[in-house]
Amino acid sequence: MSATAMRIALVGNPNCGKTALFNQLTGGRQKVANYAGVTVERKEGRFVAPSGRTLHVLDLPGAYSFEATSPDEAITRDVCYGRYPGEAAPDLIVCVADATNLRLHLRFVLEVRRLGRPVVLALNMMDAARRRGIVIDVDALSRRLGVPVVETIAVKRGGAQALIERIDASVPKVTPAPIDEATVEQLHAEVRSILADTVTLPRDTVALDDAIDRWVLHPVFGLAILATLMFLVFQAVFSWAQPVMDAIQAGIAALGTTVTGFLPEGSALHSLLNDGLFAGLGAVLVFLPQILILFLFILVLEESGYLPRAAFLLDRMMFRVGLTGRAFIPLLSSFACAIPGIMATRSIQDPRDRLTTILVAPLMTCSARLPVYTLLIAAFIPDRTVAGVFNLQGIVLFTLYFAGIFSALGVAFVIKRLRKDKSEHALIMELPSYRLPNVRDIALGLWERAVIFLKRVGGIILALTVLLWFLSSFPGPPEGATQPAIDYSIAGRLGRLLEYVFAPIGFNWQICIALVPGLAAREVAVAALGTVYAMSGSDDALASQLGPVISHQWSLATALSLLAWYVFAPQCMSTLAVIRRETNSWRNVAVAAGYLFGLAYLASLATYQIARALT
Amino acid sequence: MRLSDAPKGANAVVQSVTDAHPSDPIAQRLRDLGFVAGEPVRLVARGPLGGDPLLIQIGSTRFALRKAEAARVDVSVGDAA
Repeated sequence: MSATAMRIALVGNPNCGKTALFNQLTGGRQKVANYAGVTVERKEGRFVAPSGRTLHVLDLPGAYSFEATSPDEAITRDVCYGRYPGEAAPDLIVCVADATNLRLHLRFVLEVRRLGRPVVLALNMMDAARRRGIVIDVDALSRRLGVPVVETIAVKRGGAQALIERIDASVPKVTPAPIDEATVEQLHAEVRSILADTVTLPRDTVALDDAIDRWVLHPVFGLAILATLMFLVFQAVFSWAQPVMDAIQAGIAALGTTVTGFLPEGSALHSLLNDGLFAGLGAVLVFLPQILILFLFILVLEESGYLPRAAFLLDRMMFRVGLTGRAFIPLLSSFACAIPGIMATRSIQDPRDRLTTILVAPLMTCSARLPVYTLLIAAFIPDRTVAGVFNLQGIVLFTLYFAGIFSALGVAFVIKRLRKDKSEHALIMELPSYRLPNVRDIALGLWERAVIFLKRVGGIILALTVLLWFLSSFPGPPEGATQPAIDYSIAGRLGRLLEYVFAPIGFNWQICIALVPGLAAREVAVAALGTVYAMSGSDDALASQLGPVISHQWSLATALSLLAWYVFAPQCMSTLAVIRRETNSWRNVAVAAGYLFGLAYLASLATYQIARALT
Repeated sequence: MRLSDAPKGANAVVQSVTDAHPSDPIAQRLRDLGFVAGEPVRLVARGPLGGDPLLIQIGSTRFALRKAEAARVDVSVGDAA
């Protein structure tokens, strides 16, 4: 090799352990980005071989075939063919195959071999293969394929040693492939013939897999297991994340006070740093605990092989409304927070299914809506028992949650109807063997999600928070002002203007003003209402003071209308920022914000007018 | 018989995969995944809601296929296992 570093591409079927092998080779020295113009993840890393050479490794998306059926597979094909713009053709292709599943994986190896580029075959999961009594004659396999074959165990320390030595030795010569334009049947026939000559397979399936699947995919027990698992995940997210989130907010606030301590209280800079910059920083960091905990569970479920099983159980239900079984976990995550939910849609292959899931995820009632709901319910809904057992306040909260779910199903159904491309969405999903998740792979996965969130989404959130601070602080109140400062600011004036628009749905000008800073995050609206009504104190104290004031000043119809508004309205810039990041399109952000505001307005209008007519 | 109509647990052999329409990507994908003439397949389980999707074993691999997808695969069924 010359002065330029050697470029290696890892390719292989999904579930071949390719990414674990990539982690093994490169450790933490990875760069995760997107391929230009699309939302397919591009993972590159490097490592220094024993000879001292630096090798660049590209982890290409998993593919079953170069006959691509998804954007991921198209990228793998184009990079391997050396025709992806801006991406140099790899000097060496390392084709990774699961040694326990060669019947499926060898066919793709044959396709890769036909490229006529230097190829090394890595037989991965050799430990599992040995445990199952699968015997592979590696030398014979190498002769039949005409490419070097090495054994690897990606999840074991040093398990890629043979591969590293082979790569470091020399670039293998290319032997012309015997069949150039083979049909699918011919390729499969060749696979069968190679397997017959080189592999002894005691039985097709793992007894343990069969046993687990009998329970996990059982029509009754399977659904019960799924429900229990999801319940545990939710318990964990709420009970583990909350103290950390509180600590982060307190820590950031304390940091802000310390840093700005020497600045005169009441100066613009003091306020900018405290209420703009540090508040924005807090708004970004506070999401991290929930994101990390949710993704810890999602990654463990994914690595263990359970996630596709959950999708199998729920596909029918989700398909009815124009989604896919794979949309279940992202939507469920959105009950904690839409941000990790939307980030989790990456496991949905079909781009249309993925976009629909992203668009409806904000309708799931996230935890940030709760402060608003509890404030309004406590102030307006009498604490009364209905029909002997049910608490009226509880019923209202329950209704709000279900309004979100049903409207998400409805919106997904409408999107399905409106879509021009009516071609069939494929499920065709592999249910891989169960395996124990590897700690390092989970840790690297979590690290990746955290970096993506902080770098790509954090910047937008921070910038918008500072912008909102400007809107809420300038211009300042004139001398001898009698109203709270926010009334005189741009946000205050905007709120007054908004009153014309929002009067038909029963919002007074105080609510309208609170909606503007409330865009930062839903729960901020409570604090903003407190500011408008010139109260101060901690959130809890505020809520207890605010309750009596609003229950005195607002009509029941207004309160119900505001509740309906919060079921739908995208009162959360962070969600819009993550939609931008995950779909790489401002158009999708506009579509999401537009339809959510539209729905919110209509729902509030109906609620207000009906409630007024009845009361 | 169509794979989607095969009895649960029965051992079957693929006869062919039919395109539902010209250049059908789903049929092509099924062939790429090994659904070609002569391959043994087995319907392992059905989904809990409406018996959809189906869990199909081919070689050492298990795939979840929706009924409409499995209907593209023609099989001959031997005796139930």
